[in-house]
Formats: sequence, structure tokens, C-alpha cells
Amino acid sequence: MTSSTSAMKTPLKRVRGLGSAKSGTEHFWRQRLTALANIPLTIGFLCVVYTTIGKDAADAHAVLARPFDAFIIALFVISGAIHMNIGMQVIIEDYVHSEGRKLALLILNTLFSFGIAAACVFAVLKLTLGA
Amino acid sequence: MAEPKTRPLSPHLEIYKPTITMMMSIVHRATGMALYAGTILLAIWLLTAALNPQAFAMVQMFWGSILGRVILLGYTWALVHHALGGLRHFVWDLGAGFGPERMMMARLTLVGSILITLALWALGYSVR
Repeated sequence: MTSSTSAMKTPLKRVRGLGSAKSGTEHFWRQRLTALANIPLTIGFLCVVYTTIGKDAADAHAVLARPFDAFIIALFVISGAIHMNIGMQVIIEDYVHSEGRKLALLILNTLFSFGIAAACVFAVLKLTLGA
Repeated sequence: MAEPKTRPLSPHLEIYKPTITMMMSIVHRATGMALYAGTILLAIWLLTAALNPQAFAMVQMFWGSILGRVILLGYTWALVHHALGGLRHFVWDLGAGFGPERMMMARLTLVGSILITLALWALGYSVR
């Protein structure tokens, strides 16, 4: 990329692949969308938690195994994972300026967010489908 | 990208006098990070419930203990505070709330998060 070749390029050619390419607001939008979804899902999750309060482990297990409760927890976890993945990415990009460490943390962030989500979804599927 | 490290930086937190709006913004981020880490606890709860009844009974016993309850109380507050902070962000996203009312919104976030947390716990003890 020397100055002699960049002089031949149009402004559009120079920015292609570097800019938003119509997806620049994707994280912004998804953060709001999951934030909105998290409000009813958190209330639903709390309702599930309330029904386990004061129960022994076997009864609490039975609550978590009810299909609708498992479904609510799964949605809560998935929406939450997307939301926290984007949120933590913003924090990392704000505070970590070394390229290598930033890349490593961004990878760990995504592995953690979706690893947690996968573990929770697996757990509620197992709880509700048994076996 | 090898950039010189000596470029001037924009002023950051330490040079400003703390204000309630600033504190609520910082706490919003901090609670987000706490909720992020706390998902490990949720995963442990669900995984033990699904896979190991003995471990699940121990986890349930831990959440019933004093330490467990303190952690859950803190987690509840972080969740409520972050949710109210999110509502504040929705107001801003709609183009409102940038005037003096932002002070009131910040105070409501703090006071509301404490009151709602206490209400949720009162409800929790009443359904027990």
C-alpha cells in the first residue's frame, strides 16, 4: 500500500472493507434488542427462581425440569449471553490498547459468553428432557 | 500498528469531580461486569441440577447460607441496577433525558435499584 497506488484509488475503494459496510450499527442494535428482551426474560427467570425458594434439592430440580421453566431459562441465558458478549467487548476495546492482548481477550470473551450459554442450555435441556 | 506512545490522551476519570450521573454510568459498567462473572454461578447451579443431585444439594445449601444470601443479594442489586440503567439508556436512545432531568434519572436509578432489590427479597422471604 504505497502512496503511488493509493493515488489511483477512488475514496470508495480505499475505505471498502475497513468501515461499517452497512453493519456498523449491528452491535449497537443487537445490544438494544437483547436489552429489551432481557427485561421480560429476567422477570421470567426470577419467577422460576422464586418457585425454587424454600424447596429441597429434589423439588427445586423438579421445578427446573418443567418445560416452560426450562424454556424461559434457555431464552434468558441466550439473550443474556449475546448482551454480555457485546458489553464486555466494548469494555475490552475501551481499556485494552495492546493489539495482542486485546485480540486474546476478545477471543476469550466470546468463548466464555457462548461457553456459559451452551452449558446452561445443555443443562436445562437435560433437566427437561431427562435421560 | 506501530503508533507513537507519546500522543496526548484525552482527559479521563481522575480529573473530573464526581457527579451522580457519572457515578451511575460507572456503576452501570461495573454491574455489567459483575453480572458477566456471575453467570458462572448460574451455570454451576443449572449444571449440578442436571448432572449431579448430591452436588446440587450442596449448591442449594450454599445459596441458603449467610454467605450465599449475601452474594445473591448483591447479585440481585447488580441486576436491578443494570436493568434500570438500561431503561435510562432507552430514554436517551429515544432522544430524551439529556436536560437537567438526567440528574433525577440517575438518582432514581440508585434509589430505585435499592428499593426494588429490597422488595424482591421481601417477596422472596414471603413466598418461602
